Amino acid sequence: MASIPSTASGIASAVSSGSVSARTVVDAHLEQIAARDGDIHAFNLVTADEARAQADAIDADIAAGRPVGPLAGVPIALKDNLCTHGIDTTCSSKILEGWKPPYDATVVSRLRAAGAISVGKTNLDEFAMGSSTENSAFGATKNPLDLSRVPGGSSGGSAAAVAAGFAPVSLGSDTGGSIRQPAALCGVVGVKPTYGMVSRYGLVAYASSLDQIGPFATTVSDAALITEVISGHDPMDSTSIPQSAPSLVGAVTQGVSGMRIGRVTDLPGGAEPEVMERLNAAFDALAAAGATIVDITLPSLSFALTAYYLIAPAEASSNLARFDGVRYGLRVNAADTNAMYGATRAAGFGDEVKRRIMLGTYALSAGYYDAYYGKALKVRRIIAEDFDAAYKNVDAIVIPTSPLVAFKAGEKVDDPMAMYLCDIYTIPTNLAGHPAMSVPFGTGAHHLPVGMQVLAPALGEAAMFRVGGALEAAGGAQ
Amino acid sequence: MSDSTLSSVVATEDQLLPGGWEMIVGLEVHVELATRTKLFSGSPNRFGDEPNVNIDPVTLGLPGALPVLNKQAVELAMRIGLALNCRIQKCIFHRKNYFYPDMPKAYQISQYDLPLNADGFLALPSGTVVGVERAHLEEDTGKSTHVGGATGRIHGSDYSLIDFNRAGVPLVEIVSRPDIRTSEQAKEYVAELRAILEAIGASDAKMEEGSMRCDANVSVHKIGTPYGTRCEIKNVNSIRALGRAIDYEARRQIDVLDSGGTIRQETRHWDDAEGRTHTLRTKEDADDYRYFPEPDLVTLDPSAEWIESVRQSLPALPAARRAMLQELTGYDPQSEAVIVAVERGQHEYVKAIADAGGDPVKALIYVTQAFAEAGAQPAVPPADIAALTILERDNKLSATQAKTVLAEIVANGGGDAAAIAASKGFEAMDTSAVEAMVDEAIAADPDAWAKYCAGEEKAAGAIVGRVMKASKGKADGKIVSAIMQSRRGS
Repeated sequence: MASIPSTASGIASAVSSGSVSARTVVDAHLEQIAARDGDIHAFNLVTADEARAQADAIDADIAAGRPVGPLAGVPIALKDNLCTHGIDTTCSSKILEGWKPPYDATVVSRLRAAGAISVGKTNLDEFAMGSSTENSAFGATKNPLDLSRVPGGSSGGSAAAVAAGFAPVSLGSDTGGSIRQPAALCGVVGVKPTYGMVSRYGLVAYASSLDQIGPFATTVSDAALITEVISGHDPMDSTSIPQSAPSLVGAVTQGVSGMRIGRVTDLPGGAEPEVMERLNAAFDALAAAGATIVDITLPSLSFALTAYYLIAPAEASSNLARFDGVRYGLRVNAADTNAMYGATRAAGFGDEVKRRIMLGTYALSAGYYDAYYGKALKVRRIIAEDFDAAYKNVDAIVIPTSPLVAFKAGEKVDDPMAMYLCDIYTIPTNLAGHPAMSVPFGTGAHHLPVGMQVLAPALGEAAMFRVGGALEAAGGAQ
Repeated sequence: MSDSTLSSVVATEDQLLPGGWEMIVGLEVHVELATRTKLFSGSPNRFGDEPNVNIDPVTLGLPGALPVLNKQAVELAMRIGLALNCRIQKCIFHRKNYFYPDMPKAYQISQYDLPLNADGFLALPSGTVVGVERAHLEEDTGKSTHVGGATGRIHGSDYSLIDFNRAGVPLVEIVSRPDIRTSEQAKEYVAELRAILEAIGASDAKMEEGSMRCDANVSVHKIGTPYGTRCEIKNVNSIRALGRAIDYEARRQIDVLDSGGTIRQETRHWDDAEGRTHTLRTKEDADDYRYFPEPDLVTLDPSAEWIESVRQSLPALPAARRAMLQELTGYDPQSEAVIVAVERGQHEYVKAIADAGGDPVKALIYVTQAFAEAGAQPAVPPADIAALTILERDNKLSATQAKTVLAEIVANGGGDAAAIAASKGFEAMDTSAVEAMVDEAIAADPDAWAKYCAGEEKAAGAIVGRVMKASKGKADGKIVSAIMQSRRGS
């Protein structure tokens, strides 16, 4: 029997051609999970029975000569804030423990229609709030490359699952860097598409105007393939862009010859020196591949973090108000309704979630709205204008994904500000609604992976994947 | 509506309250739109179903569910805006955040500083013009039933049942300017608004079923002084209750002020059985709703073409319908027959009878009397009714006989009035024969005749009754009365 390919596209073609059965692929990945996830804890739930049943159904289709989708037999891990019909969806929170959605998220339906097989639900910082996957009610996820370190967050489970070989691809959600930062820390590819490119229907909301679903993969090409499958207009999401999914896989190998790529000269500081060395190496590699490097400024970038920590908590305070113990999830009984709300939410939410709910409630309160939320919206507009000005001169921008390589577990968990600074380079694109991806580009301190981030204007995914593909091809040579 | 808004409307002498006080009233009317589905989901918008059947992930506010705006709801809201002379504008939705068990998301999607419809007015039949500040779209909540406890309210109840069928039903909130000066005007405003909503098909506007709900902002002041502090009156469930609640509340506020007290800004509950309002909550414990733009929805910007096509599709409004009937019949637009015909949407039917050669006045009266259940377009051919009006007008049938024939035509969905009259043996009596019968009746009951001659009009009934009995109902009552009057000498 042929060996199992390591990439999603390789698996799909092997399964479709009948050289490997979907069941073999799934069993092999489930074995890996069984062997190593006890140490890593990438998954909140492994759906082995469902995965095997789906694999058998695909194998039956192939045996009968029925057509199968472009991801036939590809195992995929789903962040546990994506609704899955009849399967626990917890957001790594006690308040949703045991809740089984009566419907699938749009991305889940599209992946299944394409033949992908979910192997389980991955751990996250509770309600996607965090940068280390330590804020989970069900225990932290470890970095598969060094179990004493964090995988990043909040989609740390999905990043770790791909890095550990539990699935060739996975889905995460990115509100301020929650796909790209863990991708960088785990040495895999992570993509946050343009806001509105991928339907949010069925993604449990953290900050609705910033949340976007995207893939993790071991190769840029696989990331492009998954992005194609999950993109395209969805009438169930009013903010979904009314256009069909773009073709992206071809862009990955197109090269960067003739492209203008921006180097930000006023990048906020704080990155480790090794990270900055890798950034310079990335520009050298892109120049060598035929791109023109253009110096640009983004003066508002240093205000992004502050604006984000007003806008995201404000929306979160409203989005998470529905977890009130009335209709689903945890309920802690008390003397009257108001006391029941209080007791339920006190017991159900972790510290970081409570911190952001309080922050957001305050920012929206009468008398404070203009000074906080209103001003943050103005900063958001200015950041978008800065990017618009920059994209008049460049096709894409390259900056580091994370200022740091994977840090030690427990190192920042009691220092929220230090944790928030992990997202300093990823947040601006969420505020602008633009696409961005993280591509592994060599190693930094402690021989841990460094991710380079490729930024592009709205709907500029093709340009982004061209640059991402070129960085991958350069091999991250030291 | 803001307290500081000084309206140009001033009460006339007869509208002032004793002691030189004037009441200032603004109304907030919520109407459920008659859409097929809910404001943000595909569940049916239907009243009276079993609890919790018209639900879905969006209605229940399940994690991950997202709202999608209903186009029909926007169109109906635009119809309301156009009928109330509003400007239809580019607008957005906001979240109004507060916790309540029957509000699934713990926020209501509403409109805040940019409503769909703004700056209109409603001209009342009496001539008063009431400004309309805004008419915005929002979603309804579910419905709670609190079981146990004395008050039927959540405090003190043993448990509560929630029906989410109503959650997400589209509402338009119509906010008037504080231009209302009497409870009569307030009642007239709501009655006219209801007539308009029905006429344009936006809502069935039934206060009893809750598809139309009205809150009143009431304050009092003396002319020439700034407006007083207002109280918002809730739980007003009929037009009559609205009038009573406003009068009570104005009186209460005047009593407080006259005795040296001050009015607190608060929400008050109208108790219809007790006939009084009492404090529901004060401004201090009002929620901070933390309004902010709804990030799950996009800007609503109706095109000029869309607005124009909605405008073109609007039917004649009640005021125009009443004017048409006035022109046709000479009746006052505020007369009961005109109001009833317009409310039922039967004005076109009255006109069709007149167009078919019928007597317009009799057409209006027949329609109001015999077509209460027939809807806007009765099945009876207008020409059949027209023929009957002519038989009565020309004294070929008495009013009583015509009524009998009309009932038969209505029951059969049409018919030849002359043939029905003949089959019943109805024929107009020769006046001399009626005169003879009147004389016989007078002779038979001289006491009644004496009383009648002494000016006791009620006594006429005995004489008329004898004539009708003798003629087996064929005598025309009006002719009998005329003969009696001429015999009496007046």
